Amino acid sequence: MLRDITIGQYYPADSIVHKLDPRVKLMAALIYIISLFTFRGVAGFILASLFLVFMIRLSKVPFSYMVKGLKAIVILMVITAAFNLFLTPGDQVLVHFWIFTITMEGVKNAAFMLVRLIYLIVGTSIMTLTTTPNQLTDGLEKSLMPLSKIKVPVHAIAMMMSIALRFIPILIEETDIIMKAQMARGADFENGNLIRRAKSMVPLLVPLFVSAFRRADDLAMAMEARCYVGGSGRTKMKPLRYKKRDYLAYLILIVYLAGIILLRVFL
Amino acid sequence: MSIILDKVNYVYSTGSAYEIQALKNINLQIEDGQFIGIIGHTGSGKSTLIQHMNGLMKATSGGIYFNGRDIYEEDYDKKELRTRVGLVFQYPEHQLFETTIFDDVCFGPMNQGLSKDEAGLRAFEALKMVGMPESLYYQSPFELSGGQKRRVAIAGVLAMKPEVLILDEPTAGLDPKGRDEILDLIADMHKKKKMTVILVSHSMEDVAKYVQRIIVMNSGEIIYDGTPGEVFRHYRELETIGLAAPQVTYLMHELKEFGLDADTDATTIEEAKKSILKMFR
Amino acid sequence: MNIIKASKLVHEYIRRDEEGNVESIQTAIDGVDLEVAAGDFIAVLGHNGSGKSTLAKHINALLEPSEGTLWVDGMDTSDPERIYEIRRAAGMVFQNPDNQIIASVVEEDVGFGPENTGVPTEEIWKRVEDSLRSVGMLKYRHHSPNRLSGGQKQRVAIAGVMAMEPKCIVLDEPTAMLDPVGRKEVLCAVSELNRKKGVTVILITHYMEEVVNADYVYVMDQGKIVMQGKPREVFSEVETLKEHRLDVPQITLLAHELRKAGLPVSKGILTREELEQELMGLYGSKK
Repeated sequence: MLRDITIGQYYPADSIVHKLDPRVKLMAALIYIISLFTFRGVAGFILASLFLVFMIRLSKVPFSYMVKGLKAIVILMVITAAFNLFLTPGDQVLVHFWIFTITMEGVKNAAFMLVRLIYLIVGTSIMTLTTTPNQLTDGLEKSLMPLSKIKVPVHAIAMMMSIALRFIPILIEETDIIMKAQMARGADFENGNLIRRAKSMVPLLVPLFVSAFRRADDLAMAMEARCYVGGSGRTKMKPLRYKKRDYLAYLILIVYLAGIILLRVFL
Repeated sequence: MSIILDKVNYVYSTGSAYEIQALKNINLQIEDGQFIGIIGHTGSGKSTLIQHMNGLMKATSGGIYFNGRDIYEEDYDKKELRTRVGLVFQYPEHQLFETTIFDDVCFGPMNQGLSKDEAGLRAFEALKMVGMPESLYYQSPFELSGGQKRRVAIAGVLAMKPEVLILDEPTAGLDPKGRDEILDLIADMHKKKKMTVILVSHSMEDVAKYVQRIIVMNSGEIIYDGTPGEVFRHYRELETIGLAAPQVTYLMHELKEFGLDADTDATTIEEAKKSILKMFR
Repeated sequence: MNIIKASKLVHEYIRRDEEGNVESIQTAIDGVDLEVAAGDFIAVLGHNGSGKSTLAKHINALLEPSEGTLWVDGMDTSDPERIYEIRRAAGMVFQNPDNQIIASVVEEDVGFGPENTGVPTEEIWKRVEDSLRSVGMLKYRHHSPNRLSGGQKQRVAIAGVMAMEPKCIVLDEPTAMLDPVGRKEVLCAVSELNRKKGVTVILITHYMEEVVNADYVYVMDQGKIVMQGKPREVFSEVETLKEHRLDVPQITLLAHELRKAGLPVSKGILTREELEQELMGLYGSKK
């Protein structure tokens, strides 16, 4: 049920992708997203697909694990595909019924959009699956450090993110338990109209919030007890230092992006 | 009138690498009016087992019968089943959500479709049963002490007038006095209301003191099922699965080994005391 | 030398309404005097709400005394300049294993404390390894805390404290949410740290079985220390303990009951072996 959500989860394995500097992986994810919305035509699609397959193989994360992440956005995918399918104007009309017209362009657009969405989720989940939340926030923190000069609390934001990621699975499990406990008291979360269903969420949400606040309180105390005072004066257990493989990865990324752009311009 | 589990199996995450068989071929009959203890360490399947009894979880295979009817029948009213087999979860005080204690206890009866007055009557009765002072009824549940919150939460289930009451670790986190109070309360309800009570616990001392029948679970299977005396006879085997008999059981066994006429079936302080005093008479 | 010394310590929780007027005052600690010698294993017993957790938070300078003084390793906890030194000297482990693990990988969590205090990277790695080894969790270093059992999580939390190289650890009901196996794991880890590394341990609990081997026991009720002494001395007062909402280990209670019934068993029996010897002795002399 709720346990199946894999977005934002870490999958431990011993691969080169796991070992890469998180800044490289953040940049890679960004570049890959850009490339997904840049490519046009089949050649670009093939290149983006090859790159993705290459990354999946390198990461040693089972493919099925990534696909699981897609389940969460099935509805979004269906809606996006439907919009493209029905609302793209074009000359080559394939089917026409009532107010709907499906054109060849529509089919193409929908297909590409679907591919883009799937690749986007799988691509970014490679990043999250191979990077511990702490590394990820470390990477973000260091990449965004220049912003702290203009008084953006980069460290605090990074810390909040990593704590949020740590507690997501715990809160999901807690939701599951509270839901069952209220069902044991006769609560009904499945039936009824919209208003009734919204109302039925109260017995779930109130305890969940209470628990989240209690946990936050406890955690703040535990952090204080371990001498946490914010970003200043901290050292790092795993400081980020670029290694040879990281530079190599950047090089591959640049070549890939250049390839996508060239394909778009010249094909 | 009883709960019968017939060859119940439950498998988590079927087909994936993480597949776990949480229940293995469980056959069990729970008679009316029994006071039963289920013991087993964390992950032994005891929580999964009790969630099957009120239909919150559905067995992968096998059948469950409540009062002679198959609960997996198409038209079986699952919601009603849950009110007749009341389940108090671990740390039940975490589910309190209403602004007053009274309203919170009304939640169950209201879900049963009772009128406001009737629900109120039930709540009143339940709160009285768990020994909450009337002056607190209209306070926020969040301002009570830990032990009091737990009583309110238990009252929330009692108010549905279940025939069977299942409690998952009802004493977790309570201090010794709080623990005794809750257990005495449960024992009292069993006696006075003739309710069937199933107590999930990992405290052997508690279980031995109160229940008539102990079910021991280990990796999804029932390995022992009998009276405390019968079950704790296997204290050596219990140790190998991370459980242990009450301290007095060990004492009695060791005294017997030393050649004294000790009653090795004694599992409570009372029984041990009686047997030892007899030796010295 | 005393590593912890409290003198007439008082703590009041003051509740104010929206305008800042005092609504109620609750005295959680009420004139506590206490001394802990370095290297000792001390237990503080008390029912829920007896003030024992508040006392624990004082030792870690998470709370400031309302009145009286508390010294940790010679430092006054009301001195704001030394708060971090105090927290380094006296580490703290809390009740809920989930709510004190910050990182999503075991070793990164253990490194959190040393990171905060500015320990150089290489030293952090050494400390993380050492402290994980000392609680027997080294092989789980790359695991996610979510996949560990309660007992294992608590051991990680203890390692996290040990990595700060404290002189003393305060454990605030570390086993309250664990099953018997987890409870045993945690206690073994703690008493080993006490024996092998000479860390002073202050264990706050209401499980009587856990304090049988402590060097000294304090019993708290209503913010005051109401009983103190060696476990044997404290446990010989079964009735008094009951008045303070506590009980005694089952064997001690049985011995007490037998005494009440007229059998001349000695007071303050703690273990099965002791009771067996007593009974065998009595049985022998009967014949």
